[in-house]
Amino acid sequence: MTGFMAEHTGQDQHFRHQHLFGIEQLSVSDILLVLNTARSFRDISARAIKKVPTLRGKTVVNLFFEPSTRTRLSFEIAAKRMSADTFNISAAGSSAVKGETLIDTAKNIQAMKPDVVILRHSSSGAPYLLARNIEAAVINAGDGAHEHPSQGLLDMMTVLDHKGRLDGLKVAIIGDIAHSRVARSDILGFVKMGSEVFLAGPQTFIPPEVSRLGATVCGSVAEAVRDADVVMTLRIQLERQNDPLIPTLREYAKFYGINKAVLELAREDAIVMHPGPVNRGVELSPDVADGSRSVILDQVTNGVAVRMALLYLILGGSKGNEGQGDK
Amino acid sequence: MGGTLRLLNGRILDPTQQRDEIADLFIRDGVVVDALSDEGGDVECLDVAGCWVVPGLIDVHVHLREPGEEYKETIASGCLAAAAGGFTAVACMPNTKPVNDNGSITRYIVEQALTCAARVYPVGAISQGSGGDKLAEYGEMKDAGAVALTDDGRPVVDSQLMRRAMEYASSHGLPIMSHSEEIALSRHGSMHEGAVSTRLGLKGIPAAAESIMVYRDVALAELTGARLHIAHVSTEQSLAVIRAAKTRGVKVTAETAPHYFTLTDEAVEGYNTHAKMNPPLRTEKDRQAIRDALADGTLDAIATDHAPHSVLEKDVEFNLAANGIVGLETSLPLSLALVRDGVISPLRLVELMSSAPAAILGVAGGTLRPGAAADVTVIDPQRIFTFNAAESFSKGKNSPFDGWRLQGRAVLTLLAGRVTFSDR
Repeated sequence: MTGFMAEHTGQDQHFRHQHLFGIEQLSVSDILLVLNTARSFRDISARAIKKVPTLRGKTVVNLFFEPSTRTRLSFEIAAKRMSADTFNISAAGSSAVKGETLIDTAKNIQAMKPDVVILRHSSSGAPYLLARNIEAAVINAGDGAHEHPSQGLLDMMTVLDHKGRLDGLKVAIIGDIAHSRVARSDILGFVKMGSEVFLAGPQTFIPPEVSRLGATVCGSVAEAVRDADVVMTLRIQLERQNDPLIPTLREYAKFYGINKAVLELAREDAIVMHPGPVNRGVELSPDVADGSRSVILDQVTNGVAVRMALLYLILGGSKGNEGQGDK
Repeated sequence: MGGTLRLLNGRILDPTQQRDEIADLFIRDGVVVDALSDEGGDVECLDVAGCWVVPGLIDVHVHLREPGEEYKETIASGCLAAAAGGFTAVACMPNTKPVNDNGSITRYIVEQALTCAARVYPVGAISQGSGGDKLAEYGEMKDAGAVALTDDGRPVVDSQLMRRAMEYASSHGLPIMSHSEEIALSRHGSMHEGAVSTRLGLKGIPAAAESIMVYRDVALAELTGARLHIAHVSTEQSLAVIRAAKTRGVKVTAETAPHYFTLTDEAVEGYNTHAKMNPPLRTEKDRQAIRDALADGTLDAIATDHAPHSVLEKDVEFNLAANGIVGLETSLPLSLALVRDGVISPLRLVELMSSAPAAILGVAGGTLRPGAAADVTVIDPQRIFTFNAAESFSKGKNSPFDGWRLQGRAVLTLLAGRVTFSDR
């Protein structure tokens, strides 16, 4: 633990939030508490027997209204490693297609007394609506283009692992900021922790007045990447809802893709990140995606640890339980 | 109502006579009469000292939902809400189910309204079914009682159709009300495009989506000589277009709504669907520009765009929620704040909410001249109350002002001398 972290985290600090909607609601010490807790849980995943009884008897519902492989799996593995019972509801198999409203779904799930509902939804703000209509805790696993806080936290954890700090860094985020909930959570998180965030992409990908979130918009990828400690790339799409954003993936790759030559501009020890799944050869050239600076798989590993920490902190697990789990 | 009513000691405000004085108002057989020639007989006296006595308020832009969506509002419930808000007349938009695009539906609305608490002036559709394709029968609708034409809520995309609508409407002496929105720019948007939409991750509607269409319709009004009314102006850019058009002598009038000079896009915070409407709440700069334009005459009227919805449409994800808020019972108190803030005079307020709306619709009202129907609103500008949407007369409870402490309201509303609302 660095001095910076020590001064922000007390030994018996409690997570003050019933729900997790976004990084926006978290303080610096909240973030450090999650990351410290996640680090202590990461060891569990490295053991032969990857299970502790910490959340035994707790019920975790994964309510996913959008397709998701890795986030849903990551939350499920996290819950199971803590011995919680997990249930998955995905849109295709749910009442959503039958016209049931989110509130109806919430009330029906509540009637079965879950402890936490993890929500993925295409509508920004959906976790707030769910939380107003349910007693269980709500964790936002990505809502529209708003936030994806567990991704933001696992990104910070990964940077902390590699850089030893979260303040004073230059973080470049390249790609479709406008439609990315990951970008919003990362911008808010890294700015909060004292780093500088630089954004680049064609203007069709830059949302209006994004500098109000504390980030700096750059005129070119080179400007954003120059001397960066962290280069974060985002998955991109040609168009959304018939809204043309870029002409071709080929042109995007040429002008905005991260390849070895662009990466030369970054600091020698810069790391390359991506929330996945990667469009190889588009936002990241294959040699960079699989190269020595890529920490993409570390992000995935840390994802499980961060989600274990979130479940633990939100479900109010006590140190006593954790101790039993360690024995 | 037979007999004579005397409203004593009120502050008479009548922009049509430039009257602003403490005086009595006499009403006989539902008509305003000259005080001097009408003494004697059986007179009912009401002391309204400290109150304003104004021509009944007129709202040029409401949605009454009948026929078709009576679970949201009926003509009767909407008129009760109007009376409680100090309104004696409303113009109702044609986006009912079915659309008011022919004489028989117009006539149905007029007949339903006969026994209601306010005059109802139907606004017919520009195009059949508001489909944006073929002209509706303006002559038939006018004969049945329509006073204007609009495809409100379904902006007219085709510029040639809008041109023909203006020309044909002119032949029938009807104004066109433009819901100015370039839908290619606003599609899928659910709030103003700016810093707040970026933070909340909601797709935005840029200000240009409105002003582009305001410009098109002003240009077409200039081309055709038609009378054009721009509905629910929300942006500074639109005001600049309207101001320039008025300077050139284009026959254009314009309205805004109380939410546009009271709230900004910050009200959406927390994904509050009661702050979702179309056009959306804009920035503080736009809000200030709207206030200035109410004062300088660029804007002619305050309308509510009263748009009742049920929880079915509002208690859902923000981007899926219906647009619109109720407004009839909060419009006057929110507008009175402009007077207290020194933005407009009391006389100008009455012009914006009564005299000008009557002129825009080409209907009687908006005056206290002797001989006019006694559509009269008595306003207590000091009365402080908390607006409780759950207890409102409208069936719609979708108000961003629920729970607000407001100052000033109608305490007596008279329709042709008959009391339609009283809270004295």
